[in-house]
Amino acid sequence: MDAGEVRRALTRIAHEIVERNKGTADVVLIGVLRRGEPLAKRLAENVSRIGEGEVPYGSLDIALYRDDYDVRPHPARASNIPFDLTDKTVILVDDVLYTGRSVRAAITALMDFGRPAAVQLAVLVDRGHRELPIRADYVGKNLPTSRTEHVRVRLSELDNSDDAVIIQKGEPVE
Amino acid sequence: MSVTNLAGRDLLGLEGMTRDEITTILDTAVTFSEVLRRDVKKVPTLRGKSVVTMFFENSTRTRTSFEAAGKYMSADVINISGSTSSASKGESLRDTFLTLQALTADLVVMRTPYSGACHQAAEWVNIPVVNAGDGMHEHPTQGLLDLLTLRDAKGSLEGLTVAIVGDIAHSRVARSNIWGLNAMGATVRLVAPKTLLPSDADRLPVTVHTDLREGLEGVDVVNVLRLQLERQNRALFPTAREYCRLYGVTRDALKSAKPDVLVLHPGPMNRGLEIGGDVPEMPQSLIEKQVTNGVAVRMAVLYLLLGAEG
Repeated sequence: MDAGEVRRALTRIAHEIVERNKGTADVVLIGVLRRGEPLAKRLAENVSRIGEGEVPYGSLDIALYRDDYDVRPHPARASNIPFDLTDKTVILVDDVLYTGRSVRAAITALMDFGRPAAVQLAVLVDRGHRELPIRADYVGKNLPTSRTEHVRVRLSELDNSDDAVIIQKGEPVE
Repeated sequence: MSVTNLAGRDLLGLEGMTRDEITTILDTAVTFSEVLRRDVKKVPTLRGKSVVTMFFENSTRTRTSFEAAGKYMSADVINISGSTSSASKGESLRDTFLTLQALTADLVVMRTPYSGACHQAAEWVNIPVVNAGDGMHEHPTQGLLDLLTLRDAKGSLEGLTVAIVGDIAHSRVARSNIWGLNAMGATVRLVAPKTLLPSDADRLPVTVHTDLREGLEGVDVVNVLRLQLERQNRALFPTAREYCRLYGVTRDALKSAKPDVLVLHPGPMNRGLEIGGDVPEMPQSLIEKQVTNGVAVRMAVLYLLLGAEG
């Protein structure tokens, strides 16, 4: 995906969020750190541009909830959710949906901040290979991949480059 | 954020630690500060891990904050105090550690009156050992929480001038502060009567002042140390009253420092002795923040040392 495709995908998802929730009352966006955070912010801006009101957004760190603490090191960052999640419709936002394990961790983490009325999932890319019974409600692009490939998402806010989604062969570079 | 992997390492002192390593711990502690502000301050991260704290000296805040840190991360925390351990039956420290390791402890936190005992113990076992204060040597988590508290307040430690005032000779807190602040680019002054200065002061990266007002001149931070009356077996100053008059950090003495000077004290305080009775309540006092940050720093240390390697 190039910058234009990313932009159009986020515009469409913003419309889908408004349509599915019949407006934006009680809807909040929570980006999973790190790349879900700028995506959540952009979706919030898109929704307000559609004229459906301001949607609060926050960020969620899942390092403390991962199931691979013993396997791989993950730097822990601070979550920033400056509002109560109880009885809200929370839309989790992440860049890539793969095994589903990050989403599982994110749902567990969310519950420590309150009891949402519902949780929905928005991702920029769904690359398949789920290991848990999890699916996304909003998908920017379905990108069939093999497990040996690595999907890299670059966002202008974090990566000093234009938005892009690239499939790389071989071992992950990060 | 710099990412330095500390998994499997010991935390024995801040001497020799790099700026990146310290920054990694402080950045991680910021995450845990957020957890501590939540209504539900518990995360599942260390489920199934066991942390043993072993204190051969009295302590309230350090032991409690290690215990809280472990529990808030869902670790099982087992507290052993010196008087109830087999050490009182004559078991050697080495055998005690080997027993703890055989009992499948994942990490041991130790406070001891003997300088260097934690280094020694770390050589005997494969699990991480955290020094919670060893004699007059180091108290690294106290040093780290002081660094975090100052970094939170000032944004950066680079270029700050910090005066450490009081009983420096007996103070492990002072040593950890000296090494930590030095690694982070701050300047350290020691302010104390000659009898309370460490004998190796000339080999430490500090400047030394024996006059309080001269030592506080223009500093950004004053870290007031407790007068360790329990370690005073010789007459190192004539009377408490004279010490208080010459070296007590009072509201008046703080006028020599910068107007926005910050005040730290590792606790427990002797109010009206080393610190003016009303100084802890001044807006520049960060003493309560230090305690909260102590939990966050210890959570970060457990998280990083028990984490996955490589």
